[in-house]
Amino acid sequence: MTKRTLSAEQENERQYELRTYILGYGLALILTLIPFALAAWGSLSRMTLWWVIGACALVQIVVHFRFFLHVTLAKNKREDLQLILFTALILIIMVGGTLWIMFNLYSRMMPSIMP
Amino acid sequence: MTTPTSRYPGLNLGKGHAEADNACEELVFGFWVFMMSDLILFGLLFGIYVTMLGATAGGPGPHELFEMKSAFIETMLLLTSSFTFGMASLALKYRHDKGRLVAWLVVTLLLGLAFIALELHDFSSMASKGGVPSRSGFLSAFFGLVPLHGLHVTVACLWLVALLAQIAIYGLDKGVKTGLIRLGILWHFLDIVWIGIFSLVYLGGLT
Repeated sequence: MTKRTLSAEQENERQYELRTYILGYGLALILTLIPFALAAWGSLSRMTLWWVIGACALVQIVVHFRFFLHVTLAKNKREDLQLILFTALILIIMVGGTLWIMFNLYSRMMPSIMP
Repeated sequence: MTTPTSRYPGLNLGKGHAEADNACEELVFGFWVFMMSDLILFGLLFGIYVTMLGATAGGPGPHELFEMKSAFIETMLLLTSSFTFGMASLALKYRHDKGRLVAWLVVTLLLGLAFIALELHDFSSMASKGGVPSRSGFLSAFFGLVPLHGLHVTVACLWLVALLAQIAIYGLDKGVKTGLIRLGILWHFLDIVWIGIFSLVYLGGLT
């Protein structure tokens, strides 16, 4: 296989995208290790721990979209971002509605099942 | 520093692959619509799982069934496989280097297979502790959500094997390139779903 020679511009772009993946991997590792470490050895109260795990998960999802799937806020392509935001809206309505209704029902009908 | 222009989600092939890059714009958008519908499916299964958390019906719960160590190893395997897939995409985009591309893809495949093997081992150890889908609503919801993700990873691995065969037969032609770009999106997407699973199901259940 002949090795391609890259122009200076392409080499710049390659370095930039390589750094993107490495940075994304590093951030994702940190955001994975924090909740696992806290859950394994931390002594936070249950509620605080849940909030930390949830926050780390949300930030890590954004990191994956930005650094691995290359979805950005840049002007050149918006449809993919709009599709994600619309999907998130549908999910908030359907999942949020399900949880609201079901937990309201549990608290009225069978309090023993509440976590 | 100029950022590469983006015409579709995932790594853009760019000018060096003009024909495949043009084909990708349409193909990837369609694939992206499919990915988002899949995201809604997973989101609702997460919702069902949360409503079923208390419905153990006297059967084993998260503390008896889940192991933090294997969840952690699975997370690391999947996250690293996402990174190695990124490296494979870069080898395709800039080097046009078949050897390096195939090497990264094989590493990715092995990490994916290790993930599936470990997950199957988890399920069988759960079953040996009485954690079978028919035991309780909680376990039905668990086995609706987590193995569905595992099934996605299995199909993605099969797709990767098919693409490796295509690379061997056809070389790096347009069909292979557009296939690799779409599989990359599926692979990174499955890692995002796994963030939800390890946070909500495993860490949330074990605290």
